[in-house]
Amino acid sequence: MAEQVHGTIYGINGPVIKVHSEHAFQMLEMVLVGHARLIGEVIRIVDKETIVQVYETTTGLKVGEPVISTGKPLTIKLGPGIIGNIFDGIERPLSRIAENTGAFLKRGSVMDNLDHDKLWDVKILVRRGEKVGPGKVIAEVQETSSVLHKIMVPPNMEGEVAEVAADGQYTINQVIVRIQEGKTIHNLTLVQEWPVREARPYKKRQPLDIPLVTGQRVIDTLFPIAKGGTAAIPGGFGTGKTLTQHQLAKWSDADIIVYVGCGERGNEITEVLEDFPKLIDPRNGRPLMERTVLIGNTSNMPVAAREASIYTGITLAEYYRDMGYHVAIMADSTSRWAEALREISGRLEEMPAEEGFPAYLPSRLSEFYERAGRVENFNGTEGSVSIIGAVSPQGGDFSEPVTQNTKRFIRCFWALDKSLAYTRHYPAINWINSYSEYLEDLAPWYEENANADFMEKRIRLSRILQEEGKLLDIVKLIGSDILPDEQKLILEIARAIRQGFLQQNAYHEQDTYVPIKKQYLMMDSLLKLYDRALKLLPLGIPVSVIRNTGVFEDVIRIKYTISNDDPGAFETLNQDIAARLDALEADYRSSERVKVQ
Amino acid sequence: MSIEYMGLKEISGPLVIIDGVKDASFEEMVEITVGKQKRLGRIIQIEGETCVVQVFEGTMGISLDNTRTRLQGKPLMMPLSKELLGRVLDGMGRPVDGLGEIYPDKSWDINGEPINPVMREYPRNFIQTGISSIDGLTTLIRGQKLPVFSGSGLPHNQLAVQIVRQAKITGANEDNFAIVFAAMGVKYDVAEYFRQSFEKGGVLDRVVMFLNLANDPVVERIVTPRCALTTAEYLAYERGMHVLVILTDMTSYAEALREISSSKGEIPSRKGYPGYLYSDLASLYERAGLVRGCKGSITQIPILTMPNDDITHPIPDLTGYITEGQIVLDKGLHQKGIYPPVIVLPSLSRLMKDGIGKGYTREDHPQVANQLFASYAKVQEIRALASVIGEDELSDIDKKYMRFGRFFEAQFIAQDFHEDRDINQTLDLGWMLLGLLPKEELDRISPELLESRYVPMDEDEVAKLWT
Repeated sequence: MAEQVHGTIYGINGPVIKVHSEHAFQMLEMVLVGHARLIGEVIRIVDKETIVQVYETTTGLKVGEPVISTGKPLTIKLGPGIIGNIFDGIERPLSRIAENTGAFLKRGSVMDNLDHDKLWDVKILVRRGEKVGPGKVIAEVQETSSVLHKIMVPPNMEGEVAEVAADGQYTINQVIVRIQEGKTIHNLTLVQEWPVREARPYKKRQPLDIPLVTGQRVIDTLFPIAKGGTAAIPGGFGTGKTLTQHQLAKWSDADIIVYVGCGERGNEITEVLEDFPKLIDPRNGRPLMERTVLIGNTSNMPVAAREASIYTGITLAEYYRDMGYHVAIMADSTSRWAEALREISGRLEEMPAEEGFPAYLPSRLSEFYERAGRVENFNGTEGSVSIIGAVSPQGGDFSEPVTQNTKRFIRCFWALDKSLAYTRHYPAINWINSYSEYLEDLAPWYEENANADFMEKRIRLSRILQEEGKLLDIVKLIGSDILPDEQKLILEIARAIRQGFLQQNAYHEQDTYVPIKKQYLMMDSLLKLYDRALKLLPLGIPVSVIRNTGVFEDVIRIKYTISNDDPGAFETLNQDIAARLDALEADYRSSERVKVQ
Repeated sequence: MSIEYMGLKEISGPLVIIDGVKDASFEEMVEITVGKQKRLGRIIQIEGETCVVQVFEGTMGISLDNTRTRLQGKPLMMPLSKELLGRVLDGMGRPVDGLGEIYPDKSWDINGEPINPVMREYPRNFIQTGISSIDGLTTLIRGQKLPVFSGSGLPHNQLAVQIVRQAKITGANEDNFAIVFAAMGVKYDVAEYFRQSFEKGGVLDRVVMFLNLANDPVVERIVTPRCALTTAEYLAYERGMHVLVILTDMTSYAEALREISSSKGEIPSRKGYPGYLYSDLASLYERAGLVRGCKGSITQIPILTMPNDDITHPIPDLTGYITEGQIVLDKGLHQKGIYPPVIVLPSLSRLMKDGIGKGYTREDHPQVANQLFASYAKVQEIRALASVIGEDELSDIDKKYMRFGRFFEAQFIAQDFHEDRDINQTLDLGWMLLGLLPKEELDRISPELLESRYVPMDEDEVAKLWT
């Protein structure tokens, strides 16, 4: 097919170019720019002038170079070969680019997104004459050892199966099934295409009442997120956003993880690439990389592709959701994406709203977060997309536009705190400012799967922490010595909760991931200790004496001393603590008696 | 033969606008002849036949009709050769030391190309700087970008010199170690201080210096770090050298960017800085690192002065989001006479977690560092309390913390400009100071390690330490 030149470059300003043409470009259409055929996207049309944002560096482009229309919006290819791979913001495979062009990214590396030559073992699941509709699974491919890839009829297509290939080995572009819809015949291969800015359709939404279990105590117990839910992790630099995102990518109980490194550090992507293949999924014993797909558009890669990377990520997530998987997407960081919007908006000389961000920032954010959800798919399966977006507020100030607007569209807010990070309390999630709106919906699940009084205990735990927050304000002014013993005990138990429960060591083999059951037992031991100690106070036993028995240190060390698969040890520990405090009480009573005599 | 364009359409600050230009490409270099003098410029925007050009030497003396402009058909290239070592260049990479021209082995586009994240190698090798606060608590790793956040009047230059002088990079020796120093908008005496220090340290022939001084053209400042980093990339990836790049002062660089953005009439974002400040800074900082299959490495130490000592100002803020940690200097410590005035709580090295401990530094390093951080954080809380109720009213344990804080600052953080402590000395010092606190307080150290290492300090020793 001879390609036709549809327009010529007229003006260049960074990643934004002006095109003059007689051809009517479509809004958000993908175009190829210049002799180097750089990929771009139409973002504004004024009469015969079309504005295009280019996904690559524009150095060296000249006025008068051709611009070619593709007639379709920015689309990505969906098919086997996605999982375990790393792509840039517009789904170009970075590892295959590296094989071709070496360590540095050259411009215009037009490449097939998925490997064309690889043969996949395909098992066909439909028969001739069968009626099929959107989402119907027509074949299966074992994509990695953890992921069974289901080849589906694309949305907006139905008909009767006219022809099927035999089971066997196929490349992604070979036709495996033909479908007759009226008079047209659709040739289905292992891949389908989808425009990234459009949400993939589903049958209906489901309530969000199952948690996405992350193995992180402060999240699972205090501020849980539902499967299909949305969460934001805001925090200034150095508060551990990326570390938290990595932990979630490693341990959350989703089937597929899409990790979008959007405008962040190159070394962080490298770290994931080096770590994940070595880490083992606790659920099936397979390497974590076999359920992960990475989108890496680091801060020094072209800014327009950074803007697109979020959409590429969510489209991949939705595609796997349609197969009936629970997918979690981590976007690190949405602020860089918002800045990319701002940068392009600035080049277009649009009227800025707050802090130079364009006025459409909130609507773009809401569109993105609304693509999360737990749904029933057309093929009857159930899948979900959970979005966890990191936010990097300017100056660590949560009142800035990106944090504020994000807050309106998410229901789980994990606020990272600089002062916690300074004391190396990780994850540095502040328990006073954070919240989860999913608690009520998730309560039945916890009561059924963890323990009937899970929620009750959770409330007691968070009440102690709230109380401590108030007391610490007083302590700051007058010191802790003059507080009454009940309040000293609150401070003491809250310290144990903070150090023993909320702090979690990502580098400790056992502590990096803690199952819900153990989280409950830890909480239980802490509260049992509190209740028992509280009973000692009326006898006049000072908190310092209780502290000297070392019981608090023992519960703090539970995370290291009791392994994840040994719930029985809790019983022993609780009895041991009770026995020591009983002994203290007996001791005290006898010495009281001596005094009285 | 390229066409010469006569005259200009408009002049605005460091920018000139030329009309009727044919076949210009984006970011192409142009040569502007004003009378007998030649100046260089770069096309930063094209609209039809109109080009906006930034003039590196400034626009003074240019009028609308006294210029002739010629397109050079290529972006700004940096001539590269191993002979650059030991040379002093201006902000655009032209020799200013009177030692003659450089005969290039290669010539590279100064904008560089982003490293493909799959081809990066994760940095893990510790660089010993001999400075306890850095080695112990914010460890510098080969291939890291670790900026120094400083303020006016603080000894960041001394600190940088001390790091350069003492840095021991694993795998580096005299033959494959180089320093690239880029000065952007710094005063002559500061540049001279660095030159003399390099000379005294006997490393001058391993240094490439790029000098854009405070009175040099602002536009040139935009390309200075790029020329320097291109040189560093050449030395690291072509010549297999371990390169330490010092960029000072990034604040002047960002301000130059703002100045040009404002003369282009762009829409400003925070504090008048252009919306692309983050991407622009990233295009510099991200050029640090290790590339798979290449022997060399690039480690960056950018220095920036925080305007009004404000860490939330856009420049330190955006820098902190890109770099792998930061070393923060503090006026309060400086006034107490502590050198280097590194305030450890906001300081951080993100790559430290994978580059310390067994096999890298010493097995106990992570726990000791963690404990020192946590205990010193507690000291700060208690100091705040003491300032309200008075130190005498503090509980005994709080008093111990106060004492620990004083010793920590005076013994661990403070050290002489010429003192080179190896990592064992630093960690042993840490253990000694932890001996000032009771064992129960050390909750970040495992019981087994405490058993084998912890020695409480008795009062005689404390008294001795004080003197």
